[in-house]
Amino acid sequence: MIVNEQVAIDHGLKKDEFAKICELLERTPNITELGIFSAMWNEHCSYKSSRLHLKKLPTKGKQVIQGPGENAGVVDIGDNDAIVFKIESHNHPSFIEPYQGAATGVGGIMRDVFTMGARPIANLNSIHFGSPQHKKTKNLLRGVVHGIGGYGNCMGVPTIAGQTNFDSSYNGNILVNAMTLGLVKKDKIFYSKAAGLNKPVIYVGSKTGRDGIHGASMASASFDEKIEEKKPTVQVGDPFTEKLLLEACLELMAGDSIIAIQDMGAAGLTSSSIEMASKGNLGIEIDLNKVPCREAKMTPYEIMLSESQERMLIVLENGKENQAKKIFDKWNLDFAIIGKTTKSKRIELYFNNEKVSNIPVNTLVENSPMYDRKWKKSKLPKKNIIKKEHLNSLKIINVLKKILSDPNVCSKEWIWQQYDHTVMGDTIQKPGGDSGVVRVHGTNKAVAASVDSSAVYCWAHPLTGGKQVVCESFRNLISVGAKPIAITNCLNFGSPENEDNMGEFVECVQGIGEASKYLNFPVVSGNVSFYNQTKEKGIKPTPSIGGIGLIKDYQKMITMDFKEVDNIVLVIGKTEGHIDQSLFSRNILNEKNGPPPEVNLFNEKNIGETLLKLIEKDFIKSAHDVSLGGIITAVAKMSIKGNKGINLIKPKFLINEIEYYFAEDQGRYIIEVTKENLKKVSDILNKNAVHFDQLGTINENQLYINDKTKVTIDELKSSHTNWLENYMSK
Amino acid sequence: MKSSVITFPGSNCDRDMDVALKKFGFKNKMVWHDDVELPKSDLVVLPGGFSYGDYLRCGSMASKSKIMTSVINFANSGGMVMGICNGFQILVETGLVPGVLLRNKYLEFICKNVFVKINNKKNTYFKNINKVLEFHIAHNEGNYFCTKDQLKEIEDNEQVAINYCDKDGKTEEQFNPNGSIKNIAGIFNKEKNVLGMMPHPERMIDHSLSGEDGSLFFNNLINNLK
Repeated sequence: MIVNEQVAIDHGLKKDEFAKICELLERTPNITELGIFSAMWNEHCSYKSSRLHLKKLPTKGKQVIQGPGENAGVVDIGDNDAIVFKIESHNHPSFIEPYQGAATGVGGIMRDVFTMGARPIANLNSIHFGSPQHKKTKNLLRGVVHGIGGYGNCMGVPTIAGQTNFDSSYNGNILVNAMTLGLVKKDKIFYSKAAGLNKPVIYVGSKTGRDGIHGASMASASFDEKIEEKKPTVQVGDPFTEKLLLEACLELMAGDSIIAIQDMGAAGLTSSSIEMASKGNLGIEIDLNKVPCREAKMTPYEIMLSESQERMLIVLENGKENQAKKIFDKWNLDFAIIGKTTKSKRIELYFNNEKVSNIPVNTLVENSPMYDRKWKKSKLPKKNIIKKEHLNSLKIINVLKKILSDPNVCSKEWIWQQYDHTVMGDTIQKPGGDSGVVRVHGTNKAVAASVDSSAVYCWAHPLTGGKQVVCESFRNLISVGAKPIAITNCLNFGSPENEDNMGEFVECVQGIGEASKYLNFPVVSGNVSFYNQTKEKGIKPTPSIGGIGLIKDYQKMITMDFKEVDNIVLVIGKTEGHIDQSLFSRNILNEKNGPPPEVNLFNEKNIGETLLKLIEKDFIKSAHDVSLGGIITAVAKMSIKGNKGINLIKPKFLINEIEYYFAEDQGRYIIEVTKENLKKVSDILNKNAVHFDQLGTINENQLYINDKTKVTIDELKSSHTNWLENYMSK
Repeated sequence: MKSSVITFPGSNCDRDMDVALKKFGFKNKMVWHDDVELPKSDLVVLPGGFSYGDYLRCGSMASKSKIMTSVINFANSGGMVMGICNGFQILVETGLVPGVLLRNKYLEFICKNVFVKINNKKNTYFKNINKVLEFHIAHNEGNYFCTKDQLKEIEDNEQVAINYCDKDGKTEEQFNPNGSIKNIAGIFNKEKNVLGMMPHPERMIDHSLSGEDGSLFFNNLINNLK
């Protein structure tokens, strides 16, 4: 095939990008080389629109061992233990083929983690679907859930937490973000930087097939009506092979034969070999005839661009080949020496004794395009004026029931019951709480993890939304008694070529950066997914934040269920009555405009740290952060979980009762304390300048405000638990 | 007491079982599926997981593994063999216990706590346990099925080990999580030395986990073996 500008455009490259390639090579690339460039220079691999802005994120901290730039981030949790973690999107493939798209998303992120020598110990996910009424939503949801379960369950890694959202902006572009945590010894972390000349380059895992060719390029473009034609670009997962690959890799890693290791994820053999060479400032020579192939007559182009799953590339020490091969033979996996490291600093590929590619590595990586895209700044929307008469006409209990059964608030048990969340025998907080928690096997420590996003807030004001979502993650970790350590982010946005969408991206990233810097909650890994749009319509800006925290003594973990009748319930953090962009405003008042609640980072940090102190002193019986649906929704959830009720007293404030109970002011938690400890707790809160209101006392079985305003917990429970199951069984 | 846990390619509860057995006093050995000889054991466990990916009928590939010849001989000579979840599926495939395990009734993987009622206490596994047990299930193919004639034979021989029930031991259909015939959660061979069951006692061995009835089960088991 003759390569010209049109062929380059068909590969998703722009005219000037093609010109730059020709200039860098001082010739026109052949088709294999063009394929390699298109794979390395697409948005998904090159971060060409986002790099400039991502640089501004805080990535360092006392506990950070490895920040962005490796397969995953790594943080220190003491005693020579470290946690490797990352979140990644698999949005486009999941919309085209939900089961395989979601499954391979989970498989891919686990590979990123065990590539670094860590055994995966927990999976999480953040999934976003279109309106429940949209004709595709139900099947997409079912397919995605089956796919996540199908892969994670087979791998034997518990899925401990997640988030599921519905919003019509995802009608044509669902989001599937998968996160994995792995445990590794600090002195046994593996990296992808190749080193040394003439070291054997080894291919292990599944054979290479024709699946997923151009997957990364597909994920870097918008959808249109021809979407069904893209099915062949979706990879097919084989969790069984990945389980074998995991065990084989960890067995090999126990020795000292690996110099560098990199999984073949997006853009397969192309990006893995180039990244290893680039980081090591080396060249790599590969004989493509030696690559194990699933199908006959695969071309160099297809071999280099295949995104077949469950494959790894390893640079080994000389002389360790046989020892390594034995391990992969034991696990029935392919093992092939396909090339070697060279000093050429070029990627040189041979096929049938012919050189089919000869590209300087730096042209693919350092010289890849970087754009300073135009973007538009968002204004803070004006506050809505809410008529008090309107509020007073509403019945609190009816509103509460409606909110509890809202698709975005209701219990997601139908989903997480399909995920094995208890395998590995260390899950001490299951899905459905503020964070999932797993013990660090054989120790007193536990790691908490949560994944959050607040697309509505980000859409209303990206800067505030970006800050808010980091704070939400911070709060979810603190609510279970964990000290927040670091975050990973998955930035899901529309087209960077659209000024509005690009503006949303830039300002969300700015917000994330500000909050994570202030809270000492650095970003250590992540990915960017642009072009989440069908035709011209982009999704709501949806950065997903995966946070992790440490509980030093897991016996001190906190759960959200109310524990004991007669205990006192407080809300800490101030309630100002911010209704705009709340679930109440959007779904009950049907008002979609207005600013999101303000984020005060000083208060956020102070309140969070004070709560951790109270937990450390064993004063807290249960805790839950206040988020969607405000105080009363949080309290109702704690009641439902604990099978207890509460007598509520509204503090004497100037704001309306409805505003008090349903406002979504930030930086608040509900806590349960015993009567005996109330004084001590109040003193500590006062001393730390943390505002608190006493909300009420726990009772047997009803949420009680006054004789006219009360409801049994069983009734609230059925509102909360029935919606999803009913929806899926219809 | 000596125990052996067999690891098949795709087993993923092998470590959990190892941890549990050791916690309650067994000297446990992990045995690779490709080995021929079984170490001297008082108990052999086939753990949960997805042996060979369960791409064929669950457990069918594993039932033909090299080590299984020794496991079958061991069982036939009266040795204690317990299959949990995928291990139960493997046992069914070897024919050591009767019946088959179909896909769950609602076609979905289920991971949750369940209650089980012990149907037969005259055996080493459940002797001296006098309560309804809270166990944990995590499976996609746990829907126990057999023919009418088989069922009659199973019941006549008192081979039903445990049934799904509520916390008070009521074995009604509404407490059946997966559609199993007669709420069957576990089955013995005729001699009661081989037990296959879907629930995972090894996930219930600590008050911080889903519950502690697994501790009760293992403590009782090792005492009965002594």
